[in-house]
Amino acid sequence: MTPPTFKARRPATYTGIPGWIYAVAAAGALLVVLPLVGMVARVNWARFIPLVTSESSLAALGLSLRTSAASTVLCIVLGVPLALVLARGSFRGQRVLRSLVLLPLVLPPVVGGIALLYTFGRQGLLGRTLEVAGIQIAFSTTAVVLAQTFVALPFLVVSLEGALRTAGPKYEAVAATLGASPSTVLRRVTLPLVLPGLASGAVLSFARSLGEFGATLTFAGSLQGVTRTLPLEIYLQRETDAEAAVALSLVLVAVAVAVVALAYRGSGMVGREITTTTAPARGGDVR
Amino acid sequence: MVEAAVAARGFDVSLTVGPGETVAVMGPNGAGKSTLLNVIAGLLQPDSGRSGLDGKTLFDLTEGRNQWTAPHRRGTALLAQEPLLFPHLSVLENVAFGPRSGGAARRAAAGSALHWLAEVEAADLRSRRPAELSGGQAQRVAVARALAAEPGLLLLDEPMAALDIHAAPLLRRLLRRVLAGRRAIIITHDALDALMLADRVIILEDGKISEEGPTRDVLQRPRSRFAAGLAGLNFVAGQITGHGLRAGALNLYGQHDDLPGPLPTGQPGVAVFPPSAVSIFLSEAHGSPRNSFAVTITDLEPHGDGIRVRAGEGGLLTADITTAAAADLGLAPGMQVYFVVKAGAVAIYPA
Repeated sequence: MTPPTFKARRPATYTGIPGWIYAVAAAGALLVVLPLVGMVARVNWARFIPLVTSESSLAALGLSLRTSAASTVLCIVLGVPLALVLARGSFRGQRVLRSLVLLPLVLPPVVGGIALLYTFGRQGLLGRTLEVAGIQIAFSTTAVVLAQTFVALPFLVVSLEGALRTAGPKYEAVAATLGASPSTVLRRVTLPLVLPGLASGAVLSFARSLGEFGATLTFAGSLQGVTRTLPLEIYLQRETDAEAAVALSLVLVAVAVAVVALAYRGSGMVGREITTTTAPARGGDVR
Repeated sequence: MVEAAVAARGFDVSLTVGPGETVAVMGPNGAGKSTLLNVIAGLLQPDSGRSGLDGKTLFDLTEGRNQWTAPHRRGTALLAQEPLLFPHLSVLENVAFGPRSGGAARRAAAGSALHWLAEVEAADLRSRRPAELSGGQAQRVAVARALAAEPGLLLLDEPMAALDIHAAPLLRRLLRRVLAGRRAIIITHDALDALMLADRVIILEDGKISEEGPTRDVLQRPRSRFAAGLAGLNFVAGQITGHGLRAGALNLYGQHDDLPGPLPTGQPGVAVFPPSAVSIFLSEAHGSPRNSFAVTITDLEPHGDGIRVRAGEGGLLTADITTAAAADLGLAPGMQVYFVVKAGAVAIYPA
């Protein structure tokens, strides 16, 4: 007979974790898991397929995936250089820039939406100039992507900057003395070295974009097929058809789980890179 | 040729390395050895100075000029203490990195990489990942990678320091072969490296060159305490007198056979003698030309088959005696004894 599996396994090495910590940790895990269970319990499985394949649902899901993909690409394009100058550069105002870039992490998304509106909106800082050029951003799909990028960019920057600091500049210095130009070093050494950090940052950005609600609603509105992403559709359905909202929520959870599982598959590297973001910077010169 | 000063680190060095010459840079920790290599490689910008290599200006920061060549255009490959092989590339790709960066086609770069891998006897490792190499293998590959970049000047920063005692002799032999006739600067803590690998040695202390010359001369006639320590010699600095050397209350008699003419009396000079030439007595000994001086023992430590007795201020004077002799005399730290050295064993020369 096999021993009961629920019995706490004695770890091979001393962990130093007090027993009661496990109880509190279990409470923390329950706080996350229990609501998901509660939601799944309310799913009307008989109507599930029709609910999630309705025209509005599919439009919202498609829009969410497209815009999130676009904002993730935008996060990579803009976030990699930002992380590089923050981690490796040396200039005045570097600390201020870091704080500002990370601001959307702690800012209520609605505030972000208002800020975007008064920048790119018709009456905004750049809005008039853009309108003269024939570009109108607010309440368009572009606005959705911009709002998502605004809130998701810090996730990529934090993740990648941490990976860059952990890797240190030693490999880059050696590559330079071997005759590689800075662009070659970036392409052949730096980016491959921090690829796990970049991947985890991209996954986090995508997940954050997928769940974006407040900034999108404020800056882009809720127009079916144009700006009404899945979270907006869920919020709207909740007013009229709670079962549809629950079914769509489950889809969103499934998509999020799939994305995270895909990125974390194989190695534990991605997860570890995230934890290193707070690691102190290591020495600068080559020894 | 390099002349450079870094004010923040109190670093001020001027040095020339001839074509095909290998120079060893030695000195205590924090003396500025790595600073020197980083300045030459372009990883650290000095406050002032200039440097050139094969007619190319590496940097010129003298009055009114501000010329600076980027590290990748210098042709000064750096081999550090750690191999620092790129972990995401195979051994072959690592060695081909330099040629590829220099614009060589993929095939030509791979060919050159194979050549250099064979040169360091690591051709059979070519498809491995750096994580699958031992420390000694990785450092050999790193040597091949640095050489494959065909540098005009090879910079080696304690390449043997991180290796275990079995891997170091192999790499030292390898470096002796590949450094022959090649312009290189090697930082080392080991007098053996300087003797085997370098034509000339430079002693760097507190950011300044305290001594330089052909390796043999520096080790045989050290003019700095650090070089004397490397050569395993006792070192006393003082003033040359008619009979020998005076350093404070200490009068040393010695010989200067291999120097032409009399010693310049009144000039600063140094006396060196090996610890093995020192005998220890409990009472003052007189007699034939000998030096005898009272010292207080600071430490006893095992040394080879016997015991090294450290004495005097800071334990700077040493005597090597047999374990039996130490037991007979009942030596212990704090004891006052007499160090006795035959005048014939003390070499005195101008500093």
